[in-house]
Amino acid sequence: MPADKNTPVIEFRDVTKVYGQGEAEVHALDGVSLSITTGEFVAIMGPSGSGKSTAMNMVGCLDSPTSGDYLFNGVHVAALDQDQRALLRRNYLGFVFQGFNLLPRTSALDNVELPLIYKGLVGAERRAQALDALGKVGLKGREHHDPSELSGGQQQRVAIARALVGTPQVIVADEPTGNLDTKMSKEIMEVLRDLNKDDGITIVMVTHEEDMAGFADRIIWMVDGRVERTGTPAEILGTRGHRQ
Amino acid sequence: MIWETVRLAIQAIFRNTMRSILTVLGIVIGVAAVIAMVTVGQGSSAQVTADVEKLGTNILMLTPGGENRGPSSGGVAKAFTLKDVDAIIDQISSVDTAAPYAQTMTTAVFGAESTSTSLVGTDNRYLDAVDWSVVLGRRFLPSEESSGKSVCILGETVRQTLFGNTSPIGETIRMNALTYEVVGLLEAKGASSFGTDQDDVIGLPMKTFQRRVMGNTDVSMIFVSVRDGLSTERAQVEIEALMRERRRISDGEDDDFNVMDMKQIASMLTGITSILTGLLSAVAAVSLLVGGIGIMNIMLVSVTERTREIGIRLAIGATANQVLMQFLVEAIVLSMIGGLVGIVLGLALAAFASNLMVIPFAPDPAIVALAFLFSAAVGVVFGYFPARRAARLDPIEALRHQ
Ligand SMILES: Nc1ncnc2c1ncn2[C@@H]1O[C@H](COP(=O)(O)OP(=O)(O)O)[C@@H](O)[C@H]1O
Ligand SMILES: [Mg+2]
Repeated sequence: MPADKNTPVIEFRDVTKVYGQGEAEVHALDGVSLSITTGEFVAIMGPSGSGKSTAMNMVGCLDSPTSGDYLFNGVHVAALDQDQRALLRRNYLGFVFQGFNLLPRTSALDNVELPLIYKGLVGAERRAQALDALGKVGLKGREHHDPSELSGGQQQRVAIARALVGTPQVIVADEPTGNLDTKMSKEIMEVLRDLNKDDGITIVMVTHEEDMAGFADRIIWMVDGRVERTGTPAEILGTRGHRQ
Repeated sequence: MIWETVRLAIQAIFRNTMRSILTVLGIVIGVAAVIAMVTVGQGSSAQVTADVEKLGTNILMLTPGGENRGPSSGGVAKAFTLKDVDAIIDQISSVDTAAPYAQTMTTAVFGAESTSTSLVGTDNRYLDAVDWSVVLGRRFLPSEESSGKSVCILGETVRQTLFGNTSPIGETIRMNALTYEVVGLLEAKGASSFGTDQDDVIGLPMKTFQRRVMGNTDVSMIFVSVRDGLSTERAQVEIEALMRERRRISDGEDDDFNVMDMKQIASMLTGITSILTGLLSAVAAVSLLVGGIGIMNIMLVSVTERTREIGIRLAIGATANQVLMQFLVEAIVLSMIGGLVGIVLGLALAAFASNLMVIPFAPDPAIVALAFLFSAAVGVVFGYFPARRAARLDPIEALRHQ
């Protein structure tokens, strides 16, 4: 699945996602169309319940639309079976979650090696790549610490290392700084920005914080399952009286 | 990849050591029980066989009753007589000697002491046949055997109970209001392989036994010893033909008696042991099953507890099959570890019991291998359901799980 310059990595075409039935029907996504190109750093913002996480699950090929099309590198994800989606996630995607989601009682190194195990890498090669990833997020010397021995910011760095270790095309991050204080959040954002600028990894991130959204090239603003506006941080946040 | 999975499984097992120990406890106990039962059973069978063979491979035993010992043989088969014994000796050339044998329970009294013991009617030829010597006094005299005099020979246990360490020779003991003079003391033999005391016995001349104890002329068993170097199979066939004739069994009718050689006696006795072993092993196997259900239970709990972990694995690119394999391999490795521990424990138990029971410790590699394979199979069967449940989780739901 080579990334053609002209094909967007991510494309939503009038995507809806409906949960529940009848009275209880919820339109989590209500006709979303958007596209993200390779190398972009996109922040998705919007009030709680506006469908951001639902959209992220779709971007991450964990979920498929009720109607409309979701294309990843031009491929209709809905047409893929479970195993094909797993392979797609394995080879092209990295995930960062709000709650870190590291394996407990498992060293930072082992956590970062996990995706490589599924890629079939073994031994020294796998170890080297995992150590390299931990180095990139500034965790040299903490490789053998358990998550419980690390601060929130450090845990999120391990999670980022795990997301970037296979050099994915896209990193999907749903409120990566939601559980962190401002100082730690800024550090995490710097790591993500460097990955984007230096390694060319496309980043799609949900955030509530305008400071963090300011690191993005573009902001997609969602309300009630729809894209309300999209533009540069200056355009979106500037209208609300915020500097970048 | 499989080694990687096994390595990860071992890692996961030791990440929660206490839970793992509790999980495999059932398997450990089940396997240990099966191994211990079978090993001890086989040891005691070997002991029985050795004991019986010590009696001599040239011995045949005649007992009344049909092959199947069922009611079809038409009531109780009639006993032998002393004439049958003589006929076997006279008419079958390959027979070295034959001895009558009958047995009942009695209470023997000497002075203030009394003992309940086994009373056997037989004669010197029996002592020859089973190679049992008299260590004090003498055997029966021919005149005592032919006229049925009130004399007896004591086993060591009876002597100890009634006389202590003093000599019983020449003393008179009482059984059922009749008196008998003690003329001999038998060499001590110790316990048989079934734990019965072979020295807890009083011997009478056969005729004395028939007249004074039973009031009949029955001989309930005949021991035959075949001449050295001659075929017991042929003697067996000849004795069978002779007895059919003497007992007037017409052609086509089944035998109402058995002629067994020691191999057959041994296999009959070990048959009893193996039935017991089989039964006990079946009970133990049930506990293995219970152990399997224990594994399933804890694996299910483990899947629930690790829902989030499964979500993470699925999100970062594990296929459903890889998750299934992970949990399945974990269950199998766990139950194989349980099997190994059970085998070691079972063998140790069997060695200890064999030592106590003074029987050979005879571990059977086939049974050990079987128990190991079985414990692995338990892991496969009972690990599959929880593993499938793990593999079918929806990654989004799993990640949201608290
Ligand atoms: N699995 C689900 N079942 C039912 N409703 C859901 C489910 N997931 C999300 N929703 C609903 O869809 C809407 C959008 O949710 P979500 O995408 O999580 O919003 P956000 O991340 O922007 O806060 C909400 O109203 C939420 O209650
Ligand atoms: Mg959300």
